[in-house]
Amino acid sequence: MPVQTEPPKIQIRDRRPLRGADEAGTAKKVAVRDLNFFYGRVQALHNISIEIPERIVMAFIGPSGCGKSTFLRTLNRMNDVIPGTRVAGQVLIDDHDIYAPGTDVVELRRRVGMVFQKSNPFPKSIFDNVAYGLRINRVTSSSSELAGRVEQALKDAALWSEVKDRLKTSALSLSGGQQQRLCIARALAIRPEVLLMDEPASALDPIATSKIEELIFDLKKQYTIVIVTHNMQQAARVSDTTAFFLLGKLIEVNSTEKMFTAPNEKLTEDYITGRFG
Amino acid sequence: MDLHRHLDDELSSLRDRVLLLGGEAEQALERAMYALTERDSEVAREVLDHDDQVDHLEVEIDRQCIDIMALRQPAARDLRFVISVAKMAPVLERIADHACNIARTAIDLNNEPELKSVLDLSRMAEHALKMLRAALDAFTSNDAVTARQVIESDTEINDLYNHTFHRLIELMVTEPATATRDARLLFVAKHLERIGDYVTDICELTVYMAEAAFIKHSN
Repeated sequence: MPVQTEPPKIQIRDRRPLRGADEAGTAKKVAVRDLNFFYGRVQALHNISIEIPERIVMAFIGPSGCGKSTFLRTLNRMNDVIPGTRVAGQVLIDDHDIYAPGTDVVELRRRVGMVFQKSNPFPKSIFDNVAYGLRINRVTSSSSELAGRVEQALKDAALWSEVKDRLKTSALSLSGGQQQRLCIARALAIRPEVLLMDEPASALDPIATSKIEELIFDLKKQYTIVIVTHNMQQAARVSDTTAFFLLGKLIEVNSTEKMFTAPNEKLTEDYITGRFG
Repeated sequence: MDLHRHLDDELSSLRDRVLLLGGEAEQALERAMYALTERDSEVAREVLDHDDQVDHLEVEIDRQCIDIMALRQPAARDLRFVISVAKMAPVLERIADHACNIARTAIDLNNEPELKSVLDLSRMAEHALKMLRAALDAFTSNDAVTARQVIESDTEINDLYNHTFHRLIELMVTEPATATRDARLLFVAKHLERIGDYVTDICELTVYMAEAAFIKHSN
């Protein structure tokens, strides 16, 4: 070994594996300003203001009836179909107010897809379920393009390997977990920008839940995801940011790490530690 | 079934166990120093014999922390408490280990003629014990203010160590006949100084537990 004439220099040796260029974006995708929502005379949401950056997973948590699902549905105007509801305030997606007159709600729901608590496949084949949105929106121009988009959506939903040999069989023959991933594939097929998930794994067993959670983790590379969950550990596992709702009010929004280790608000801490009420 | 009350009960039991371990560490140090200053090898041997129970308690606390993490999945202040306890238990156990080392030195020195320089170590030990008691009180009452004060007071034990170090070196030079025994006392001084550092660790964990603030290595 040669004799060194100078002491070795201190230098940073970064041993971390190289990362892909998939860091979460910082630009805001959704901005909500002073949103109030009413079921008839009952006010369900009070002055909600929140920003959701693109390509992150944001979890909404809170006790039953706190307004988190109602708020989720305001993000693609799903509440419009409920008679007697009223909205005041703004929901901006890419700086465009989705409640502005003249908004194309069908186009909005194409951009902001939704997955529900209970999987709701159509009584059609697996292929037709995923192709449904593409067909009614006339997104594809040829059957080969349609097949390609269906395959990609099923791959994105981590279901392709399980169903590729039986695409023509009924979607109802799939297990509960597979049906839910099929619904996610159906939502992904039309390439939304934002994906809303209302307790997507609450009816699933731990293995199926784990697959959905892994899927959410992978999907955030491409999509902005907002998930409502009653399962706080699930929120901790899958989300980057967590928002806590109580009695129709947004109590705290924070990074998930901060939320679950040292929340700013006592109400949040009481809820997270199970000492609520 | 009130699950939250169960968690509260488990956390309370965990707190009791840590305080028990803290009490064991405190007693071990107190008795080891008594054995050294009063030349009582019997007490020193009791300290060594009792160390198995201290180790056992640490393992119990470890297991309890793991169980709570796995089964209760604590969050926020509960999580900070369990994490702090899990990190604090080995620190307390190490304090008891240092006390055992002092007890071993006492047994060795008690077979030799008495050294007056032993008395210099009493002040260090008193300060270390005072710090440890205050640290355990701060932990019990979730008191970050007191914990910070204890951390500040570690400089005093460092000063005492430096003073003792120089005095013992001086004695080794002026009285070479006792140099070997003085060297043993130098180790005792170092054990006490390290105990001060461990008490600082305990207080840093208390600050984290109370305020979610990481102050370790902040100086």
